[in-house]
Amino acid sequence: MPVFDTGVAWLPPVALTIPILLSAAVLVGYRRVRRPVVDAVATAGAACVVAVTAALLARSSEGRVVTWSAGWAPSHGFSVGIVLVSDPVGDGIALTAAVLVTLALVFSWRYVESAEGHFHTLVLLFLAGMEGFALTGDLFDMFVFFELMGAAAYALTGMKVEDVGSLQGGMNFGIMNSLGAYMALMGVGFLYARTGNLGLPQLGEVLDHQPRSTLVVAAFVMLMAGFLVKGAMAPFHFWLADAHAVAPAPVCVLFSGVMVPLGVYAAFRVYWVVFSHQLAPGDIRRTFVVMGAVTAVVGSVMCLTSRNFKRLLAYSTIAHVGLFLSALGYLTAAGTAGALLYVAGHAGVKSALFLIGGVMLARYGSVDEIDLHGRGRDTRVMKWLAVAGGLGLACLPPFGTALGKAISEDAGVSAGYPWAPALFVVVSALTGGAVLRATGRIYFGMGPRPEGAERPDQTSGSREERDTRPLRRVPVTMLAPIVVLLLGSLAIGVVPGVHSAAQRAAEFFVDGAAYQRQALLAAPAHVAAAHLPEWTGRGLALDFASAALAVLVAGVGLWGGVLHERLPLARLRRRPLAALRAAHSGHVGDYVAWLLVGLAVLGGFVGLPHR
Amino acid sequence: MSVYAYVVSVWLLLVGAFGIVRSRNLIHAVLCLSVSQSGTYVLLLAIGYQRGASPPVFGEPATKPTFRVVDPVVQAMTLTDVVVSATVTALLLALAVQIHKRNGTLDPDELRNLQG
Repeated sequence: MPVFDTGVAWLPPVALTIPILLSAAVLVGYRRVRRPVVDAVATAGAACVVAVTAALLARSSEGRVVTWSAGWAPSHGFSVGIVLVSDPVGDGIALTAAVLVTLALVFSWRYVESAEGHFHTLVLLFLAGMEGFALTGDLFDMFVFFELMGAAAYALTGMKVEDVGSLQGGMNFGIMNSLGAYMALMGVGFLYARTGNLGLPQLGEVLDHQPRSTLVVAAFVMLMAGFLVKGAMAPFHFWLADAHAVAPAPVCVLFSGVMVPLGVYAAFRVYWVVFSHQLAPGDIRRTFVVMGAVTAVVGSVMCLTSRNFKRLLAYSTIAHVGLFLSALGYLTAAGTAGALLYVAGHAGVKSALFLIGGVMLARYGSVDEIDLHGRGRDTRVMKWLAVAGGLGLACLPPFGTALGKAISEDAGVSAGYPWAPALFVVVSALTGGAVLRATGRIYFGMGPRPEGAERPDQTSGSREERDTRPLRRVPVTMLAPIVVLLLGSLAIGVVPGVHSAAQRAAEFFVDGAAYQRQALLAAPAHVAAAHLPEWTGRGLALDFASAALAVLVAGVGLWGGVLHERLPLARLRRRPLAALRAAHSGHVGDYVAWLLVGLAVLGGFVGLPHR
Repeated sequence: MSVYAYVVSVWLLLVGAFGIVRSRNLIHAVLCLSVSQSGTYVLLLAIGYQRGASPPVFGEPATKPTFRVVDPVVQAMTLTDVVVSATVTALLLALAVQIHKRNGTLDPDELRNLQG
């Protein structure tokens, strides 16, 4: 009989139940108390989850924490119970989610003024869904938590019920993600039919001993489609820009910072624990490296051509998801470690930028780069925070993004993709450059004032409804989260232990067999030693190159307008660009058609035989 | 169990998705989403079904069952799925009603707020 360490096994369920109970309490009680009490209760609850997940992370870095609910521990490696398995990667994402929710709630004290307790209830439910999704070791529970966070997220997106854009964004988001969830559920059904199991460790254990079968390939494709709709891989990504452009800024923080990476996390968690023996690694590597590159290119091109600041950031999230997919798709521990650091650094920078977008909307009533030309010149702190965010996104050392990018690039080269560094440099330069261009225009009044004619095929940022009364000055509860997020991203690159912790976490993550043994047989975990160098000369050089390139991109964007029109290249370029833009139509039917195309492409990549 | 149920389930998923693609009305689109989801109900129930087996209900005292029963796990999953569906459908219909109130139309072709 295996002996499970039950010392800290109560922690993962607590991380789940705190937000669920509190959200119920807030919903029942918010009418009886004043708004600050609701704010305090919700924020304190989220802070408790931060503490719990931090404790869990400290513990799980020495071995996974396995919780068999209601005492259904396996006997002789067999169990019908439901399991929560928290390893450092799952815990790290759970911690990120809790930290971002806490900061988003602090930001909302003064920001989301119209909302009463509903907003807090939904945010707490959203947190519960994310915690559950990150910590569970059961495939069906993944579907349930996927939809729990989904339902909360759809409602948060469509919260401004007077604004048609907001409602339409919520609708597109809801339909796309639910359809993705049903595809994932079909995949779960296929796997259950084949194995009679739902737990990830049990499933992996059974499938490791079976020959490759079409049903399992189909299950994998359906699961990937479901998770990567949430993970915004092209061509499943269309909902993301719509949802981000209309959701309140603190909600965007949660979407971009952690919900989208959670989709990617789920895809690779399931691959490593369940499918890694049955599916040929070559197929999977090719799939994600190609799809990741496509996603990155589509995202960064759309990012560069946006004038709505929040939509621009949303497209940059898509571009970065492409990079995460590539880095994880190398299927090595080094690539995974790079992706982890990149995700964490990106969460800080991108969240800070979304909050800056929120402050922009609160102060000037618009997030449109052209409308706001020079409007932010009188700010003293905010302009420099925006510059820091842009440079962080462009991977300037020592931001965490830069460390993650450098390690991912090395992993790409050693996995046999010599062009990987070029992709990473170009994408981070384009996205960072777009942010710097918008910052230069809005906060420094740089460049000639472009004629403000709105184009019919583009979403400007001037129609978005405010979340607040117009603010004269920025309250400290809105400024502090931005500063904390940027410092957090810096800390990931600077604090010495983070880098080796990420490597150990990656070793845990890619070892599906050890996951199975520890969950089912209580086998002790093997903690690998960190061996990758932290900052290398080449990595630093490439990081500085991308930051410099970003400044160049911003400069061309600001002052190169005249140059643009004269070049024959511009005319050549316009057609494909118009086609790409037309694809982002805001029409849910188009998006679903693309979803089916993506499903077929994934099926072709993974299922068809090839040499 | 014959292969028929599996064909039906995949058909429902696809025809629902196709319905959303072709939809000219958001309420129609949301209901198509429910049709898609019905595919998952059929699939799950078909997986657990056995011809001639009884429902998974055991009396006292809890002894080892001597008769064949259909799989209760997939039935529990289907019930969970139904609850999820009810929540999501209700929420999306509420959004559709609100869109109609604000915009006077439910045709996705006429909603032009989020492009490019």
